[in-house]
Amino acid sequence: MKIAVLVKEVPDAAVEKRIDGSGRLDRSGEKNLNPYDTHAIEAAVQLKEGGTIPVEEIVAITAGPAGAERALHKAVSLGADRSVLLSDDAVAGSDVIATGYALAKLLERESPDLVLLGQQSDDGENYTIGAVVGEFLGYPSLTQVVKMDIAGETITAERQAEYGYDTVEIDLPAVISVGDAINEPRYPSLKAIMGAKKKPLEKVTIADAGIEADKVGAAGSRIDCGNFTEPPKKSGGTIIEDEDTSATVEQIVAWLDERKLI
Amino acid sequence: MAGILVYALTNEGAINKNSLGAVSQAAKLAGELGTEAHAVVVGNVDDAAAGSLGEYGAAKVFRAKDAPEGVSTPAVDVLAKLFADNDYDYAIFGGGLLGFEIGAGLAARIGAGITAEVTGVKVEGGKLVAQRPILGDSLISESNYKGKGVLIGRTNAFEATKSGSAASVEDITVELSEQAGKVRLVKRGEQRGADINIEDANVLVAGGRGLGAAEGFQLAEDLAAAFGGGAAVGATRAVVDAGWFPYAGQIGQTGKTVAPKLYVAAGISGAIQHKVGMQGSENIIAINKDANAPIFEFSDLGIVGDVQKVMPALTEAVKAKKGS
Repeated sequence: MKIAVLVKEVPDAAVEKRIDGSGRLDRSGEKNLNPYDTHAIEAAVQLKEGGTIPVEEIVAITAGPAGAERALHKAVSLGADRSVLLSDDAVAGSDVIATGYALAKLLERESPDLVLLGQQSDDGENYTIGAVVGEFLGYPSLTQVVKMDIAGETITAERQAEYGYDTVEIDLPAVISVGDAINEPRYPSLKAIMGAKKKPLEKVTIADAGIEADKVGAAGSRIDCGNFTEPPKKSGGTIIEDEDTSATVEQIVAWLDERKLI
Repeated sequence: MAGILVYALTNEGAINKNSLGAVSQAAKLAGELGTEAHAVVVGNVDDAAAGSLGEYGAAKVFRAKDAPEGVSTPAVDVLAKLFADNDYDYAIFGGGLLGFEIGAGLAARIGAGITAEVTGVKVEGGKLVAQRPILGDSLISESNYKGKGVLIGRTNAFEATKSGSAASVEDITVELSEQAGKVRLVKRGEQRGADINIEDANVLVAGGRGLGAAEGFQLAEDLAAAFGGGAAVGATRAVVDAGWFPYAGQIGQTGKTVAPKLYVAAGISGAIQHKVGMQGSENIIAINKDANAPIFEFSDLGIVGDVQKVMPALTEAVKAKKGS
């Protein structure tokens, strides 16, 4: 079978994220592959290595600026066989629905049996893209999956929902977003990092993918975001740097005592 | 009619607290818009439970008895049908994993704008404007909908308030999509590990990844024991999923919501999913070696240090103080 992994380039965790003058996330600083996506790639690689079902190919797919090639190289170094980049100015500023539509069109070109992605992006914090992509493709979808077993055309998945752990069967082709508890992604070998740039990376435009221009970008989006404000600051708590632990705990106990908590 | 439709999540016939909050929020907004809030339940929910949504402000309740609950696609089919029949402008969800999935699927199907993690909603020019925190809660962004809108609340963002009386329940039959048959719930709400009570604790010592291993929870157990009766131990989702602590002790979005007098967060970074389950605590102490951990932004007393050093010392100091 063929597995497609949707990935995203996000500002590095160490970079302070901010909104630029046009009301979008400032993406000028250091960037990295969305940490949640590394779990999706690892899940794909484990299915391939597991041998329960033959996996012919793992394709990493993203929509983003030209620089997003680096995220795809990283995805390939972690185990994808090749990658596809939708890089078109028309897509910039897309909301969740417009992005999901564009990704679904990219996936239609590949017709994968399984689409994997991370449960959320580090920068958007949405959890919703997997269900949107599934809806556009007409595939069933599940999010926040922490365990997958495959047998024939069906995956038995486990995830934590509101009332405890749920076990769900889902027929392929399907879209599954994985939680970070599903596995511990391996570090790429030096050889894999060096070899990543040599693996095929296909750059496509919206015309190549049959994406209608008026359904993507700011104009194709169904929401306008703006009027950014700072939330009311909570009166800052006291911070103690623990240098002398006995002095630290003395301060904690005094603090507790003052509030009659002890 | 244009109005607001609320999806009410149920389990074993009981309605989820966050869904009740979403109904109350929708009823208030519908009042300002001069329209009505309706609610829908999917699955086998009895008249009393379904009708009780009226007490929280739903003018009408729909019930799709035959559609399976616990997975998203059948519910998307049900809500899409109601949107087609009644021409609602907005759908509001109380949040939770299914709320995210159903809301996203519905928005894609009917071409609505979607906002997740909503913490506030206001009416401007006869339309809803959703507010949500972004970038690690450092900013609030406002969503303006060009057409229809789907709003998914953050856990515990909407308060359930009784404002009316039981509503009439209308049964509906919806032809399910082909996709709906491709996802089947095998088991729901499985509890794993010991049953523990954290909701009634006065003092809660919660542990995260920073405790290092399952054995690290002994540090939390020892500190709770030092505080004595009324103290209990809880955990983050990450360590529950890792098998370090039983599910019944999980605090946060998919776990329990707690508000003890004292909350001690040991080795917890303070991700949003955790924060929503404990931010109502009266006093929060955080111990974490990472000075940049988000937990310090909403703790009353923050200790930047090693839990392995601070926790045992604190346990001894609490014991000594209690003994004096």
